[in-house]
Amino acid sequence: MKNNIFSKLLDAKHRGRTGSFALVIISYIIIEALMHTGSLSSLFSSLLVPVTCYIVASIGLNMNVGISGELNLGQAGFMSVGAFTAVSVSGRLAPIMPNPIIRLIFAIVAGIIMAAVFGIIIGIPVLKLEGDYLAIVTLAFGQIIKSIITNMYLGFDDTGLHFSFVEKTMSLNPGGKMLLDGPMGATGVQRIANFTAGVILILISLIVVYNIIYSRSGRAIMAARDNRIAAESVGIDISKTKMLSFVLSASLAGAAGALYGLNYSTLVPAKFDFNTSILILVYVVLGGLGNMTGTIISTVILVLLPELLRSMQDYRMLIYAVVLIAIMILTNNDRVKTFFAGLRQSIFRKKQEGSV
Amino acid sequence: MDFLSYFINGLGLGSVYAIIALGYTMVYGIAKMLNFAHGDVIMVGAYVAFFAVNSFHLPLIPSTLLSVLICAILGVVVEGLAYRPLRSASSLSVLITAIGVSYFLQNAAQLLWSSAPKVFPSVFPSGGIALGDSTVSYLTIITIAVCVLVMACLTAFINKTSTGRAMRACSEDKGAAALMGINVNRIISITFAIGSGLAAVAAILLSATYPSISPTLGAMPGIKAFTAAVFGGIGSIPGAFLGGLLLGVIEIFAKAYLSTQLSDAIVFAVLIVVLLIKPSGLLGKVRREKV
Repeated sequence: MKNNIFSKLLDAKHRGRTGSFALVIISYIIIEALMHTGSLSSLFSSLLVPVTCYIVASIGLNMNVGISGELNLGQAGFMSVGAFTAVSVSGRLAPIMPNPIIRLIFAIVAGIIMAAVFGIIIGIPVLKLEGDYLAIVTLAFGQIIKSIITNMYLGFDDTGLHFSFVEKTMSLNPGGKMLLDGPMGATGVQRIANFTAGVILILISLIVVYNIIYSRSGRAIMAARDNRIAAESVGIDISKTKMLSFVLSASLAGAAGALYGLNYSTLVPAKFDFNTSILILVYVVLGGLGNMTGTIISTVILVLLPELLRSMQDYRMLIYAVVLIAIMILTNNDRVKTFFAGLRQSIFRKKQEGSV
Repeated sequence: MDFLSYFINGLGLGSVYAIIALGYTMVYGIAKMLNFAHGDVIMVGAYVAFFAVNSFHLPLIPSTLLSVLICAILGVVVEGLAYRPLRSASSLSVLITAIGVSYFLQNAAQLLWSSAPKVFPSVFPSGGIALGDSTVSYLTIITIAVCVLVMACLTAFINKTSTGRAMRACSEDKGAAALMGINVNRIISITFAIGSGLAAVAAILLSATYPSISPTLGAMPGIKAFTAAVFGGIGSIPGAFLGGLLLGVIEIFAKAYLSTQLSDAIVFAVLIVVLLIKPSGLLGKVRREKV
């Protein structure tokens, strides 16, 4: 029986899924072990939570760009919604809910729900469009979310929550606290996020994403991506399938943003701008469209790369840019492609011969 | 009376967007790629003009020509090194490469010229024409005039010359154009040269209006102009012109009558509404879906 489960885990259909879970769990054990022996530099440990956040956001975006085939340039907008919702919820609950773990769960769930609501509102108009027009509208929504959050003021005191928009007019009773302060964002946030929570979030998002990909809806989403008309003609509801992947992607971005926001004591709305959306898109494309394991690996490498190049000082971002262009050109070069295809073939043949 | 001056200022800002949007739309029409590095070419153009005026004490016209020339060469070099090897690759790979080029230009500028903003010298005559209670600056009038001139020259070039005809052929069908003896790579290079040259013109007009230049100065005008190009129907030259002007007017009106802080949000909201009513932009071609 046990043998059966193992062979099921390792068969071709599930190899990617097993691989990504194994990768996350093994890396988590190694990093925790290194942390306990104290051999992790402080710079590296400070990057652990942001890396997990970006991985969750990238898995979400890969669902959208890779599986559903829609170019989304506004992922940072959903992160922003999740982050500021979570920070406000955590700030409001802090006096009445001292346990940080329960508060973290509440804050992340609130971030996910809010991002999903925004995903539905934005998805209705966005998913009527196609291709580059869809991309530009997601970009536009990202910008709108950024400027709305930049103009939001939210505070609370013993009389309750106070909210104002554009003009800062509120005056709080003594003992009150500003949760969102317009362009200044959130300050004095209690840092309750941690690496374990990030890893759990990655595992949950992998479970959700893989379960959808290998389900009837997942096949419908991919069919709609590959040939819209053919999919429609066999009775697939295109707008429903697209909405599913869009909202899922938005919710994962919301979860990522929530964790990210609770990892820093201050958070400005300008953090989640167009460049952040682009950065996540780069992780996804470099990791491979539709390939979750690849996305995790490329996110880790690309978040760490600028830090590893720190010894190069001012040249590091320049090198990062050159590496990006070089990877794109090399992976699209026919000669390199045939070389790797040949390599893969010879490795697999050897494995098959060995297993007989 | 304020309405008229707001309108003219809007046209001024819109003219700058239109000139940048022309670069986006031409490249999209012919190479079918979203060139996200276009905004950074504007930044390079602004720095070249800055050094031409400040360090070499060149007058306005030669500085502009120098800036246009260097940006055109930059556009051709970038196209040849980064985009040409990806001609048959997926559009996402090309998009990521363009983003790589954008990072490269921004960081190279930061290394060469430091990230501290520089003050662009005033090269245009100050003052303006009185219009009722308010004045319209000469700079605004010059900007609108330059935009109309650029538009007229470009339309004549596209419609009357043989290179222009070749460009239209490439945008219709690259394969067929190549069979008719058109050197497609050369046409794409020329398109990049024209687009980047126009970016330099826009850079000077923009830096004269907002005289603080920094390595990230191209980002926001780039996104706005890209929006303008989509607004008018990406790939269409009159569409970029119309989209740019409309976007500028909407932005100034939103700032004047609604809210300064939310003007960007309003501009993008209008874009979304337009795309929902006309999904391929105001003047975009409607492509019929084939089974």
